[in-house]
Amino acid sequence: MLEIENLHARVGDTKILNGITLSVKAGEVHAVMGPNGSGKSTLAHLLAGRAGYAVTEGRILYDGKDLLSLTPEARAGEGVFLGFQYPVEIPGVSTLYLLKTAVNAQRKYRGQSEIDALDFLAWIRDRVKKVRMDIEMLHRGVNEGFSGGEKKRNEILQMLVLEPRLMILDETDSGLDIDALRIVADGINALRSPERAILLVTHYQRLLEYVQPDRVHVLARGRIVRSGGPELAHELEAKGYGWLDAA
Amino acid sequence: MSTSRREIETLLRGGEYSAGFVTKLDADTIAPGLSEDVIRFISAKKQEPAWLLDGRLAAFRRWQKMREPRWAHVQYPQIDYQAISYYSAPKSLKDRPKSLAEVDPKLLETYKKLGIPLAEQERLAGVAMDVVFDSVSIATTFREKLREAGVLFCPISEAVREYPDLVRKYLGTVVPPGDNFYAALNSAVFTDGSFVYIPKGVRCPMELSTYFRINERNTGQFERTLIIAEEGSYVSYLEGCTAPQRDEHQLHAAVVELVALDQAQIKYSTVQNWYPGDENGKGGIYNFVTKRGDCRGRASKISWTQIETGSAITWKYPSCILRGDGSTGEFYSVALTHHRQQADTGTKMLHVGRNTTSTIVSKGISAGHGRQSYRGLVRVLPSAAGARNYTRCDSLLIGEHCAANTFPYTEVRNPTAQLEHEATTSKIGEDQLYYCRSRGISEEDAVSMVVNGFCKDVFKELPMEFAVEAQKLMSVSLEGAVG
Repeated sequence: MLEIENLHARVGDTKILNGITLSVKAGEVHAVMGPNGSGKSTLAHLLAGRAGYAVTEGRILYDGKDLLSLTPEARAGEGVFLGFQYPVEIPGVSTLYLLKTAVNAQRKYRGQSEIDALDFLAWIRDRVKKVRMDIEMLHRGVNEGFSGGEKKRNEILQMLVLEPRLMILDETDSGLDIDALRIVADGINALRSPERAILLVTHYQRLLEYVQPDRVHVLARGRIVRSGGPELAHELEAKGYGWLDAA
Repeated sequence: MSTSRREIETLLRGGEYSAGFVTKLDADTIAPGLSEDVIRFISAKKQEPAWLLDGRLAAFRRWQKMREPRWAHVQYPQIDYQAISYYSAPKSLKDRPKSLAEVDPKLLETYKKLGIPLAEQERLAGVAMDVVFDSVSIATTFREKLREAGVLFCPISEAVREYPDLVRKYLGTVVPPGDNFYAALNSAVFTDGSFVYIPKGVRCPMELSTYFRINERNTGQFERTLIIAEEGSYVSYLEGCTAPQRDEHQLHAAVVELVALDQAQIKYSTVQNWYPGDENGKGGIYNFVTKRGDCRGRASKISWTQIETGSAITWKYPSCILRGDGSTGEFYSVALTHHRQQADTGTKMLHVGRNTTSTIVSKGISAGHGRQSYRGLVRVLPSAAGARNYTRCDSLLIGEHCAANTFPYTEVRNPTAQLEHEATTSKIGEDQLYYCRSRGISEEDAVSMVVNGFCKDVFKELPMEFAVEAQKLMSVSLEGAVG
């Protein structure tokens, strides 16, 4: 489903990614781990289409399409979703309105008709229960005055509503207490299916106790230095990232 | 010599106004130029009483000694006041487009985007409507309902004839003829506008809107509006102009006066979308307007809400004189300048009475080469013990070439007054746009969404159907602001 081939990228004069190759098949969950500054978030944002990165070499194929040539909204239309590490506040725009607009924009992209307003309301209410958010929060400005945990749950809510095929979750577990972590993990697991793929970008092994990855990759200085099964995450937890300097 | 010039002379030779002349005067527009003769012509056309003509002439003489204000943060070439025609009657039915098929398709496209119903599109485009009977009957029902409540609502020229005592008592008492250059000009040459009178204790049974006012398909350049709310009454007045005007630079100098007596409330909402000119600043309206409300009575309240998206230049400061003890003034504003539009707008809150309160919420959006300034004055007089003001001005910039300024002035001469002021200027968040886009929303829709969110505090003050229109208007006005 996702093929990242020898990806090199920079911001300004700083090289961030130095040749990443990664292949994710439908139905798989991959974890990308690594210390701060290893390029994890850059990779996540490159997949979602944030401006400001220059790809100097390599390419990304998604369902065989050149992902880098698509606008962020087209990528979303194709089923790519990024759960933000730092979800953005949009004052005066309710989560309900954002999601309804997003769902209809994606449907339009796929040549489908607009969703019925009442169907949508029923649909979103059900999802809100799953992430145990207060229904009233749907009417508040997007992430406006939300706590860190509420923002992350709002990301998961959006993911559950949009039902993407490729989910990239950037440090969604950071700053969560154990209850919130479980809710987030349940949300991710709920979407786990043979047609979908998940990329978990994380610093800690914690989330992986609840969402079992098929593959774990260790990123350091902009390249993947090791790949392995779920046991690699445990090894990292025990040894920390210090050994990478020697690697 | 033009026909109309000849007519003026005929008229003047006749000396005093006499009804006999009227039938002879069938010209639609008089030749450009401004003089006492022109003013006499307008007054005669409107069959006005002598006191009003005298008032016009006095205003004209004052105006001649005044200078055009240049302190506003806007730039435009010198206006030639002798090149303007000061009287233009509605065109006769035969000159109008016969159907929407004859109307500029670009104009219709805009109407469509705004979701304006077909019948209203015809009205806005000035189509000679055979269905006019429909609107007449609507208007008639409407008027009857108002008459039952004792509410007077008619063109101001009609009010001058029908209710001369009321007009004479209040006209020019809130905005005196010598108030400023444009107000003086308006006082000399005004030709149309609304008159509203709400009797004591009456809550106006419906929102008054110019939409329902027949007789007014072509809005004059120099409107004059007067609204009087008697003790304990309430009225909500909507002034909407969603018609892009196709004219070259054209001066629009209106005066609006509101009077609220004891415990009366006036809510005045404007959605202004005059033709803003093209991307390069060609054409567009110069919107130089004086709007002021007088909270004359105890515990009265005047609330201005304005959505200003049109005009090449906007110069406008809807204000409140808080004279009555415990009176309240409010100003909620969204101003958007795109392409080469310029706006210098804000409000004045003049606290005279004790325990008077004012609230100012201003949201400015600049895109393209748009320039705008918030200019506000909060003045607390020594008599205004316990006065309070809350001011919030936020500016949002879209792109690299626009500009926003804030000029908040305060003059406090009573130590018990409490004033709060908050102001922010920010660029539209790249992160916000990216966030929306990563959810599948196009960049243009994302901009419009973020901007509408930014304006929400003001939009919620608008009557429901206006709020919807205002949101659509923002999206249409912002087209091409990014990318």
